[in-house]
Amino acid sequence: MNGGILIAALVSATTGATPLVLAAVGETVSERSGVLNLGVEGMMLAGAVGAFATTAVTGSDLLGIFVGGAAGAALAALFALVTLTLAANQVASGLAVTIFGTGLSSLLGAGFVGRRAIPLAHVHIPLLSDLPILGPLLLRYDPLVYFSVAITAFVAWALAHTRAGLILRAVGENDDSAHALGHNVIRVRYLAVLFGGAMSGLAGAYLSLAATPMWVEGLTAGRGWIALALVVFGAWRPWRVFAGAYLFGGISVLQLFLQGAGFVLVPTQVLAMIPYLATILVLVVISSGGARRRLQAPGSLGNPFRAAR
Amino acid sequence: MRLRVEARQAPSPMLNALVPALSVFATFLASGVLFAIMGYPAGRALYAFFVAPLVTMNGWSELALKAGPLAMIAAGLATGFRAGIWNIGAQGQLTMGAVAGGGVALALPDAQGAWVMPLVCSCGIAGGMAWGAVPALLRTRLGVNEILTSLMLTYVATLLLAALVFGPWKDPEGYSLPQSRMFSDSATLAPIFARARLTAGTVIEFLVPVALWFAMRHALVGFSIRTAGAAPAAAGYAGFGEQRVVWIVLMAGSGLAGLAGIFEAAGPIGQLIPQITPGYGFTAIIVAFLGRLNPLGIIPAALLMALSYIGGDTAQVSLGIPNGAAGVVQGLLLLFPLSADFLARNRVRVVA
Amino acid sequence: MDPQANAPRLELRGLTRRFGAAVANQSVNLVVQPGEIHALPGENGAGKSTLVKMVYGVLRPDEGEILWQGKRLAAHDPRIARKIGIGMVFQHFSLFDAMTVLENVALGLDTPGPMPELAARIREVSAAYGLPLDPAREVHTLSVGERQRIEIVRCLLQSPRLLIMDEPTSVLTPGEVEALFETLRRLAAQGCSILYISHKLDEILALCQTATVLRAGRVVGTCDPRRETAASLARMMMGGDGARPTRNAPPPRGRHRLVLDAMNLAAGTPHGVDLRGVTLEVRAGEIFGIAGIAGNGQTELFAAISGERLAASPNHVLIDELPCGRLGAARRRALGLCSVPEQRNGHAAVPIFSLSDNALLTGYRRANLVRNGIIRPGAARRFAERIIDSYRVRCTGPADAAATLSGGNLQKFILGREVLQNPGVLVVSQPTWGVDAGAGAQIHQALLSLAEQGAAVLVISQDLDELMALSHRLSVLHVGKLSAPHATGELTAAEIGLLMGGASAEPTDIVAHAA
Repeated sequence: MNGGILIAALVSATTGATPLVLAAVGETVSERSGVLNLGVEGMMLAGAVGAFATTAVTGSDLLGIFVGGAAGAALAALFALVTLTLAANQVASGLAVTIFGTGLSSLLGAGFVGRRAIPLAHVHIPLLSDLPILGPLLLRYDPLVYFSVAITAFVAWALAHTRAGLILRAVGENDDSAHALGHNVIRVRYLAVLFGGAMSGLAGAYLSLAATPMWVEGLTAGRGWIALALVVFGAWRPWRVFAGAYLFGGISVLQLFLQGAGFVLVPTQVLAMIPYLATILVLVVISSGGARRRLQAPGSLGNPFRAAR
Repeated sequence: MRLRVEARQAPSPMLNALVPALSVFATFLASGVLFAIMGYPAGRALYAFFVAPLVTMNGWSELALKAGPLAMIAAGLATGFRAGIWNIGAQGQLTMGAVAGGGVALALPDAQGAWVMPLVCSCGIAGGMAWGAVPALLRTRLGVNEILTSLMLTYVATLLLAALVFGPWKDPEGYSLPQSRMFSDSATLAPIFARARLTAGTVIEFLVPVALWFAMRHALVGFSIRTAGAAPAAAGYAGFGEQRVVWIVLMAGSGLAGLAGIFEAAGPIGQLIPQITPGYGFTAIIVAFLGRLNPLGIIPAALLMALSYIGGDTAQVSLGIPNGAAGVVQGLLLLFPLSADFLARNRVRVVA
Repeated sequence: MDPQANAPRLELRGLTRRFGAAVANQSVNLVVQPGEIHALPGENGAGKSTLVKMVYGVLRPDEGEILWQGKRLAAHDPRIARKIGIGMVFQHFSLFDAMTVLENVALGLDTPGPMPELAARIREVSAAYGLPLDPAREVHTLSVGERQRIEIVRCLLQSPRLLIMDEPTSVLTPGEVEALFETLRRLAAQGCSILYISHKLDEILALCQTATVLRAGRVVGTCDPRRETAASLARMMMGGDGARPTRNAPPPRGRHRLVLDAMNLAAGTPHGVDLRGVTLEVRAGEIFGIAGIAGNGQTELFAAISGERLAASPNHVLIDELPCGRLGAARRRALGLCSVPEQRNGHAAVPIFSLSDNALLTGYRRANLVRNGIIRPGAARRFAERIIDSYRVRCTGPADAAATLSGGNLQKFILGREVLQNPGVLVVSQPTWGVDAGAGAQIHQALLSLAEQGAAVLVISQDLDELMALSHRLSVLHVGKLSAPHATGELTAAEIGLLMGGASAEPTDIVAHAA
């Protein structure tokens, strides 16, 4: 296997990982505030169709990306209204949003099926992008890839070092205590959920504008569910989630290469199971033994907040 | 001018009963508006969706065929939801039921006799239960959230089925298509009417919710489940242990999902293919909520959901509305009762 | 001269607060001077917590006014309280287990400032007041006493002029109590006033300069603890020995129906109390009372007897001489032990269930309501009707949801449900808490009758009048340990008050068998 193929494989892995990073980091913020949003797949599809349609009609990539994020946020707003204001069950509502979002995007995207778009332009830094190995490996991606790294860094920093991040973590850890101390639990959760939705929308936009620049039904192919798994796999910590995304992005690429090279040792489906099995393993590990307290899920994850007045 | 929200002492029974009807009505309206916005003729679209499938006998038979598994799975899931135990993995448990039962059927291609089908079905139930046992064990022993574990296992199950029908279980005479051999006659559920595809399985699927309703209402075990969901401390006081309740509801839910899976594989399909159902395990969750977690309410809810599937096909064929419309209707059908539930639990007053 | 210069730090005039029909505080007057450590003793239900919540702005008074440094407070809420210099350390902490001390403190402050400086201030202040804290520690690794320090340091960092402490020492070891007292004395010396709620008489005597005693929501007296004794203070809290009806009958001598033998039980929650070496026996026909202020292990004791929590060995709990420590609630009920927990809604009864269903909740076996796993139609309803009739429960019928009944009626129903199952042993916790006088009398009569029929009755209560009137023998639960039992006629209320407050004789673990 020569270096060229290796580099191509790694670049491919990045393409596979980026939507996962975007969606999973967004969902991490939402879950750290205590809200389990199972609607990621639906929000990704909404973002994908929104971005594609906008770009196809207006010709502007930037506008497309923006609309993609907004579409994801809009679905998230619906989810937030139902679960935070109307205190409905988070699991059922998330599933409803996924099913609704999937259907809605299929409806709205009907006119665009099969159309190919011009993929997002890749960044080109004079001289640097042309470096022999580092160039293609690190410096020739489209803007959303760099954004995904930047947003991961931002979220990691903000959660650990800003007051807003502190309050968000507190709300997710113990909503009653946070309320007793005077913090607005519902408002914090709204903002977290909207952020998560926007990120999922951007992930979808990446898929339809950059990764496979076209729109078909089911474009996301279950990536939303993998993103949910990644949040747990990364123990709700942004950089770990990032690493997990690249790990699993890499595995999917590995699958394709093995198939192409004719290795049929392990059926590709078994390889694809790995993210899910690994997540269960992580859950077991963090629920037992020493890692238990340090890597716990946010204490109030999934519980609706009812203020005792 | 403010809105003041006060929790009611007990959920209003009148509103509880009205919520499903209101939700359906609201869904009609919203879907109609959506179709109109997208440029489809709203009236004809709604007709194609909700009325056209009911006009023929065949339509009703297809409706029952789709509603049956939804009703049975949803009834099983609802028992768990009533106790606050969220089994999201019904799709995986259904798949494993098909795999387990189907595996036995494929292993006995020449077997004949009345004992074959019950064996296959029992294995289907066992397969589903085995899949449900993992979240149950992890929850009772380690306190791991069953939402995440059951969900992850769903994808493992789907991939496992795909691995089997693309690989070792592929029909050698199947033109390389990803499907298993057809099951033998003894291992297939025959249609009970000449011109419809309804099987004995469908009949059982409609009877199970009734049985579960009876159990939840009149059996002590059903009472213990309801108590665990309403007041966990009271359940402990009454002697209904939490671990026991977790196991009972997860085994019931996953076993019934497994049974539905093998009924589909051994009935209308007659073999194993990668997609046993179009996501019934997830749709059943919607059905459970639309039916207000009451097994009797689940039957009409299942029929309504089945209608949305068939209606989606009809609308696509007659008006060219993409199949995604079914998803929109189904999502609304869940979002409305979830939201309206708020009104049943709380009183909203306008305060000066 | 500036009239405010001599003004008291805090003055309450005629403060009144009601919750529905119940009056929590009635016309309370209170004066706290600068630098004074002011005690608020009183039994449970005396209105202490409600009063301080009004001072801190969590609750609004229905009548009366609050004066701060001589000036009337118009609007009030916790944010305003903190701004003017009032800090409060609640009994139940608002902490985040998975986060560090530094983060927990920052979350409780309105303007925490940059974290490194806050960390330095935490180290400084906590050390200066004798409650050292390491800002980097995660809260779940701290003991309860150390967690309390976080709450205190949160207040101290805001330079309070009045610090309110609600039962602060109930979770502390004796060493930690001393450290706390040092801190409080230092604060007082610097001019900060302290409002100290406690039922622990020895602490009040040791620490405080003034005490305003509350009983049933009213102020019954003010005194200087330095010039009082534990006994005199107890008398003020309990209302003297006089008018209490007391059971003077000698304790019955029948067989032992309920025995606890050196039972140890770890607290189930961080705020719980470990039971240590609890030993008691209740005989047939006897009513045995367990007195004690809430939070001394009553919840754990009840759960240990009812079977909701299992003992370490079968021999720790005996019902009619059968070892049943490892049997759960349902099996113990089958052996004849019925129970009534203190929380009506959500524990003893399910609020949204009908009375029939609530009758089924514990009666399914002993009242024969189930056959072959199926609930017998009508049986639960008829049982509920029997309860309603026998106990004159005011309701429309067995189909009523439990939540719609008044407190007294629901309590009558619950007690009736247990008594009509003909238990050999009945354990009741707070039988008449929040219940009107008429229902209370009925409940007492029911307990007396049950005992007369030969059952053993164990009553856990904070209401001393009730225990004195009902029990043959009495014991006091204090920090998870049970005192030696005495015949009720032999004890005065003041003596019991002392035992409840932890003062006077050391509680022993040995049961004194009646000769």
